[in-house]
Formats: sequence, structure tokens, C-alpha cells
Amino acid sequence: MDSALIPEGVKRCSFKAFSLWLLVIFGVIGWGVLGGFMVLWKGLNMTGLNDSFGFGLYITADLAIIALGAGAFFTGFLTYVVGKKELKDIINLAVVVGFICYTGAQLVLLLEIGQPIRGWFSFWHPNVHSMLTEVIFCITCYTIVLTVEYIPLILENRQLDKVPEFHYFSHNLHEIMVVFAATGTFLSFFHQGSLGGLYGVMFARPFAFRTGFFIWPWTFFLFVASAIASGPALTILVCKMVQGVSRKQLVRREAILLLAKVTGYLLTFYLIFKFLDTWWWATQTLPKMGVSFTEVFQGPYGMWLLIAELGVCGVIPATILLIPKAREDDVLLIVACVLDCAGIVINRFVFTIQNLALPVLPFEQVQIYVPTWTEWAPTVGVLAYGALLLSLSYRYLPMFPRERELNPID
Amino acid sequence: MSGNKSSGVRYGMVIDIDKCTGCTACSVACQQENNVPFREDETNKVRSITWMEIYQLDNGMPYPEYRQAYLPRLCLHCGASPYPPCTFVCPVNATHRDEDTGLVNHIPVRCIGCRYCISACSYHARYFNWWDPKWPKPMEEMLTPNVSPRMRGVVEKCTMCVHRLQLAKDRAFMEGRSELEEGEYVPACVESCPAKAMTFGNLLDPDSEVARLAKSSLAFRLLEKLGTEPKVYYLSSQDWIHKLADKVM
Repeated sequence: MDSALIPEGVKRCSFKAFSLWLLVIFGVIGWGVLGGFMVLWKGLNMTGLNDSFGFGLYITADLAIIALGAGAFFTGFLTYVVGKKELKDIINLAVVVGFICYTGAQLVLLLEIGQPIRGWFSFWHPNVHSMLTEVIFCITCYTIVLTVEYIPLILENRQLDKVPEFHYFSHNLHEIMVVFAATGTFLSFFHQGSLGGLYGVMFARPFAFRTGFFIWPWTFFLFVASAIASGPALTILVCKMVQGVSRKQLVRREAILLLAKVTGYLLTFYLIFKFLDTWWWATQTLPKMGVSFTEVFQGPYGMWLLIAELGVCGVIPATILLIPKAREDDVLLIVACVLDCAGIVINRFVFTIQNLALPVLPFEQVQIYVPTWTEWAPTVGVLAYGALLLSLSYRYLPMFPRERELNPID
Repeated sequence: MSGNKSSGVRYGMVIDIDKCTGCTACSVACQQENNVPFREDETNKVRSITWMEIYQLDNGMPYPEYRQAYLPRLCLHCGASPYPPCTFVCPVNATHRDEDTGLVNHIPVRCIGCRYCISACSYHARYFNWWDPKWPKPMEEMLTPNVSPRMRGVVEKCTMCVHRLQLAKDRAFMEGRSELEEGEYVPACVESCPAKAMTFGNLLDPDSEVARLAKSSLAFRLLEKLGTEPKVYYLSSQDWIHKLADKVM
């Protein structure tokens, strides 16, 4: 039924099977839209947020999604700026994943603010001293860059490509992609950093506050490092997932292994500085604020989170990715990438939730945050939105340039 | 401090904990004066708006060493330089410190409700409007005309009744004066305290009562180690209160 839209020389599942899959996705998206609508209509009282937890699941999800979306800018940087041509196999996928992450995060962000209709105030009345202003500006600009990077892929659709204007426009965009890759790298560096700065500048919150360099707290640099150490891991995971579902090899193995190797080095680099930061924070920053290291682990937000973040989801995946034989093993590679991504989610969780759970005043109690369905639904809905975009892109666009070569049809 | 020395005015408050009986008159007066909304069920304390919170403190000792006290906590209008913890994080300039008075203000009609300021405040002094503000019918007529009620989805906090400052300035202008007399501008909480435990005024005026009390050996501020430089001081002759007030977490 839709065969005219499917790229030439590749095989896709039947339209019936695809429609059934879309039905499931739309079901989940519908649930997310309902949750989001309830929050917009009734207000944030529909969530588990309160005056202790100004930030909750929405912000945790946003930060995690944006960090994991860093695969787009970093793969783009390696492909176009550094010149790692073998990554061209996977760059389209990285861009689509990045686009999903950034647009998805902005959808959730719309629900997160109490007055969504005033969202434009961030551009009209910007406070240049606020890290959040930097985040808002850079994320918006980078989403535009990602859209520009996504457009040539969309225009390569079999039917759209027949229109000469689209064909030449797409071709010319490809030619100047290095400019967008460099712009994306610059913008991404700053907003990933600003997201870390968001917490590090809270000088009245001992859990989050960090000293730093010039106007940037150390969390600024650590968030950049952690994003580029986990974003490519998500790209690998999504690639493996698409290959698994389609039962085809879509990307040359060397491209995946190169990305895995780079991820291993980046994760190790990040972990070295993260351990140093934790040590300095525990022995210098916290004592100066009158807090001991053990005091910041209270209630359900115990030391186990630190061990899970840096040990299980830090050292283990870094070790796997650093050892060539280990990362060449498909199962171990997937385990390492899952752990790497989980580690970054935990990192964003502790900076958001654990940070706010701890009362600063001695007369207050440790608070526990439990998200409601209206928070889970839009969050899961964003994942479904990602699945939708990915499914459509895979079916109708030449997302994997080597697919035909790797899977010849007799 | 807050860089407002040029104006010669830095409003602040001193609260004598030894005198405070915990009657909550200040809290009620604040609620009334500033049109702070409330709900029928106010049991959820992490969602109710209380600009003036009264904490009940105790020394944790068994009888007969047991001691208790009440600590009223409002926005402490931090004087940290260059910015208080809450203002510089706001992405839309909806909250700022007036460097002529030292008062930290909030502009609800500009607030986008991101709650970053709530997260940055160590004193839990900022509140979010989780619901539309509603008052029972007869009470609507008792709202203070000089204070706009805030809408759902924005943050609010103690303003030290800044509308009273504006009224006092207007009065002084009509009388041909450029300066305010001591006691001409007083927040509702200070006015309502039956025990006279609260003193308000210009901390930079060496002749003012508030400046004299702030320099007392009994004076302390909450969580001084954090460097927030609050402009609300507390007085107590009890050591355990001093120690507790300086304990972070």
C-alpha cells in the first residue's frame, strides 16, 4: 500500500504489521497526551511535585533525554569536523535520535512550567545571569540545527526526492553539513554545560553546589563530559535495537566499534573527573558548608545511589568499552551501553531529586517524591513519540546509507 | 552585603525568639494583609502557602532539660553579594533585589512558574501556587486592595509588605518629605505581634532599634555558613538555639 514511499532496494515489513505497530504507539502517545492535557488543564497540582520538590520527574527526564541526545552532536562532530568517515553509516540515525530527544524534552518542558503560555518570556525578558536562560536559548537554537540536519534526510524520501527543488536543496544542505555540525557542537557544549551549571550555582544547596572555574561550576564541565560519554551509547543501543527488530545488519561493524571505543575513552575521562569532583566536594565543599559527606545520603536516597551511578553504571561499562575483546562481544557491548545510559539517568536523578529531598533548614524533614500518573504518562509518551519518529524514518527514509549494500535483495 | 549602601537604606528585621510565644498572629496577619490564598484542606504542608512559617524547635533533651522555642521564618531577603540565591537563577527576571531598599521582590505577572527559585532557596521561603486562588464569598470583600492576588502556576513569597513602603513613600511625598521616619513603614507581621518580639527598620541607620538589636551579642542568622547574608536576625539567650540555627541540614 505504501510501497511507493519505501526507499528503493530495501525490504520492509508489511503495511498491516506496520499499522498494528503504529496503533500500539499511538495508544501510548494518547495516554501521554491525556496526562499532559490534565496537567495543562487542572494545573501542576495533578503531579507529585510540591514546594520541596520544585523539580521532579519531568526535569529528571528532560535532563536525561538531553544528555542521551548528545549522541547527535558528538557523532556529527566526529563525522564532519574530525573526519571519521566510517561514522557516516550511523550519522543519520544519530541525528534522528537527537531530534527525538530534543523535541521530546521541549514537549515535556512545556508541561513543567506553571504558566506554559508565558514560555516566550524566557526570550523576551531574559536574565543573562541565569543558567536556565542559557539552557533555553541553546536548546532552542540546537533544535533548529537538528531540524536543519534532519531535513535533508526527509527530502531523500523516494517521492520527495523526485521534486528537483527538494533534491538540490537536500544535496546542498548535505554539502554544508560541516557548518551545522560545528554549530551544533558549539551550542550543545554550552547547553549541556548549563544544565550542569543549573545545579552547581545553587550556593545555598549543599548537595548541588560546586566550586568551579570563572563563572562555571565544575558541574558545567562534568555535564558536558557525561553527555558525550553517554549520548553515543544510546545511539549504539538504538542502532542495535533497530538491527534486532529488522533482523538485518544496517551499519558496518567497524562504525559501531569505533563509536564504542570512543565512548569507552570518554566515559573513563568523565569518571576520572567525576571521582575527583566527588572527592573535593566531600572533603572540601561540604565541610565548609557545615555538612558531612554521610549526611547527604538520607532516607531512601542513600549511598547506594552513588555506588550505582559511579560503580555499577560507571566503572563497569567503562571497563567493558575500554577492552577491545569485551566491546567486540555483542552482549557485553549492549550491557555496557545500557549501564552507561542508566548511570547518566541516575546522575540527573540525584542532582534533581536527591538534591531537593534534603532539607537545608535543620527544622525540616527529608522529603520523599512519588511521581503521579500525569508525570509518568507524558514521559512514557515522549518515548512512544520517539518510537514513532524512528519507525517512520526507518520505513520511509534512507536512514542507513549502507543498508542496500549490506542486505542485497536477490 | 547587598550593595545598597549608597541609598543608605537596607531594611531588615530582628525577631526575639525568647519573646515569641508561637501565637501565629504574625502568620495570620501576613496571610490577611497579602491576600495569601488558602484551601479548605490545609493539611498538606508542602503545598500550602505560608509566607510566615512558625517552626517549633526543641533541644531534643528529655525532661527536665527539655526546652522548646518558636522560630518565625519569613523570606530572609538575603543580602548575599552579588545576588541572593534565588534572584540570579530566575530565567525571566521575575524576581530581583531592589538595591535601594535591599528587599527581594517577586513579580508574579512575569513569573513563568519554573520553580528554579524555589529549588535554589535554602530557607524554603518560596511557594508555588498549585491551585487557582479562591476565597469564600464574604472573604473576597476583605482582600487588601493594594496587593494583587497571584494566579495559579506562579511563585510567591514574603515581600516585607512592600506595598506598605510604597504607601508610606506616597504619604511622605504628599507631605513634602523625601525621607521616611522610623516606624513609618512596618510590615503587617511586626505590627501584629502581641509580644513585641519583632522589630523592623533600616539596618544601615545606626540610631535605629533594628540596627542596635542586630548587633547584639544574642543576635544570630539562619545558616550563616552558606553565605546568604540574610537580613532577618534572630535573638536568643539560649545556646542550643544558636547551635541549631547554624546547623545545615
